[in-house]
Amino acid sequence: MAGYKENEMMAIRAGRFIKDGDVVFVGTGLSMLAAMAGKRIYAPNAILFFETGGIDPSLEEIPMCVSDLRVMYGSSLNSGLIESFSIVGHKKLRTIAFLGAAQIDRYGNLNTTCIGNYLKPKVRFPGSGGACDVAALASGFIVFMQHEKRRFVEKLDYLTSVGWYKGWDSRIKLGLKRGGVIAVVTNLCVMKFDEITKEMYLAEYYPGVSIEKIVENTGIQIDVSRAIETTPPTDEELRILREEVDPQRLILGKK
Amino acid sequence: MSEHNGLTQKFTTLEEAVKKFIKSGSIVAIGGFTVSRNPMALAYEIIRQGIRDLHIVCHSHGQALDVLIGAGCVKRLEIAYGGNGRYAPTCVRFRKAIERGEIEFEDYSNYQMSLRFLAGALGIPFIPTKSGLGSDILTKEGFSPQTRREKNVARKKLVVLQNPFTEEEDPIVLLPALTPDVTILHAQYVGEDGTVRIKGLTFADIEQAKAANAVIVTCEEIVSRAFIRSDPDQNCLPPFFVDAIVKVPYGAHPTACFGFYDYDPKHLNYYRKVAEDDTEFKKYLDEWVYGLSSHTQYLEKVGIQTLIKLKASPVTGYAIGLERK
Repeated sequence: MAGYKENEMMAIRAGRFIKDGDVVFVGTGLSMLAAMAGKRIYAPNAILFFETGGIDPSLEEIPMCVSDLRVMYGSSLNSGLIESFSIVGHKKLRTIAFLGAAQIDRYGNLNTTCIGNYLKPKVRFPGSGGACDVAALASGFIVFMQHEKRRFVEKLDYLTSVGWYKGWDSRIKLGLKRGGVIAVVTNLCVMKFDEITKEMYLAEYYPGVSIEKIVENTGIQIDVSRAIETTPPTDEELRILREEVDPQRLILGKK
Repeated sequence: MSEHNGLTQKFTTLEEAVKKFIKSGSIVAIGGFTVSRNPMALAYEIIRQGIRDLHIVCHSHGQALDVLIGAGCVKRLEIAYGGNGRYAPTCVRFRKAIERGEIEFEDYSNYQMSLRFLAGALGIPFIPTKSGLGSDILTKEGFSPQTRREKNVARKKLVVLQNPFTEEEDPIVLLPALTPDVTILHAQYVGEDGTVRIKGLTFADIEQAKAANAVIVTCEEIVSRAFIRSDPDQNCLPPFFVDAIVKVPYGAHPTACFGFYDYDPKHLNYYRKVAEDDTEFKKYLDEWVYGLSSHTQYLEKVGIQTLIKLKASPVTGYAIGLERK
């Protein structure tokens, strides 16, 4: 037994991407855990903010969504959507966003809209929300995925949020001057993107997870030659996540 | 007409406000965001009055939108997100209505919808953004060509063109402004003079209100003119933007209202469950909407014990330690 859950590994690994001074755009669920853990453990001067307009709240209890009253307490500013999007794309800030998705392709483009035909979908998801916006405007974004074959696809059913678009310099050619997808954090591994081609590759596998298992569960061909093992969560990381970030285990769930 | 007379007419009831301003076919913007400050009492009243064919315009919406769709009040939707956070990652009746082809819909993003309301509020016909480039928001359309020819519907979903202020290649997305017939929202305070004060996050409520032809505000409390004007920096809308005001304590339940009460996790979880089944959902509407003739009855049904549990701490603005699973 590893002594920790998959979602704890995911939250901690994603939190390690946050650098001190980053302005972090936080969504619902795992991204809330990663951002709150990251700030408490590695980046005390990071600022967490929400698309709803809550800027740097004290987050003494974990919010269950981005409009939760808990993002409005102890904040430096309570504002609105227009204000929060003026932060996401601000050129003097390094803004990092966490996003989730139902589908992802090899260039890190995301689908959170539907499976099947757009007009009469097999499954409908909530839609873009602010995801399309932050993917376009932030300095970079990190994606959470459940690692299943059907979620890693050659062609998205709907492209909601642009990552590296069609690879190489196609994102910049679209007219998006900065940003792009930094990494994909799944329940098995971390994927990153080649600096030149912008194609997804396996960067890290979690302790106890085989590369074969990852390849089996990925619906697209990926390069695994650069993969290393992820540093497991430390006792201190786990303590902060469990005792300070989500003591009620609202998002972490049962032990 | 003196200010006083105009004001007297503005303070009204849920029934009168909906009857006067919302008709079948109206374009309606809903204030709030997912599970915060949804104008629920107004949504229930719209359902009770049997209003149909609404064209809803919103950014990220949850409970009020979902109940209206489930009750069959909505024909058309322009939206960025239909969800209740952890309590329904995708709103159930919204999802079903789209999967069954029961409503017309058009997808945008939150920033895009907020900008469209801002453009409406400023009286400009369209507004540019970088957001959306490369995405299927640009390539896939939900509204039919017939719908696009209708009065009050923009002729196009959006347009991509070259930034006219530079020689460099610089594509931008132009979005049509939104000017709803009515915006409905729930605020914490309205002054006796009609001034509106929203506490906590305002989301896009102010832009939505200013963009609309008429605005209905429900509120937790009506406070004196002297009180609301003693700290005007806290206020959001001057009286002349507001057409109807109704005092409705707990008017956002089961969604949250900063400083007054939290969202109701039990109710939202229950709702998600019953919304999955058509028969159960019909029963829910009978029990919680059609079967109740007033908001007072609604609150009696919610029950004093629940209301006490949800009561916000005056320090934090939310219910500390609330059981939220």
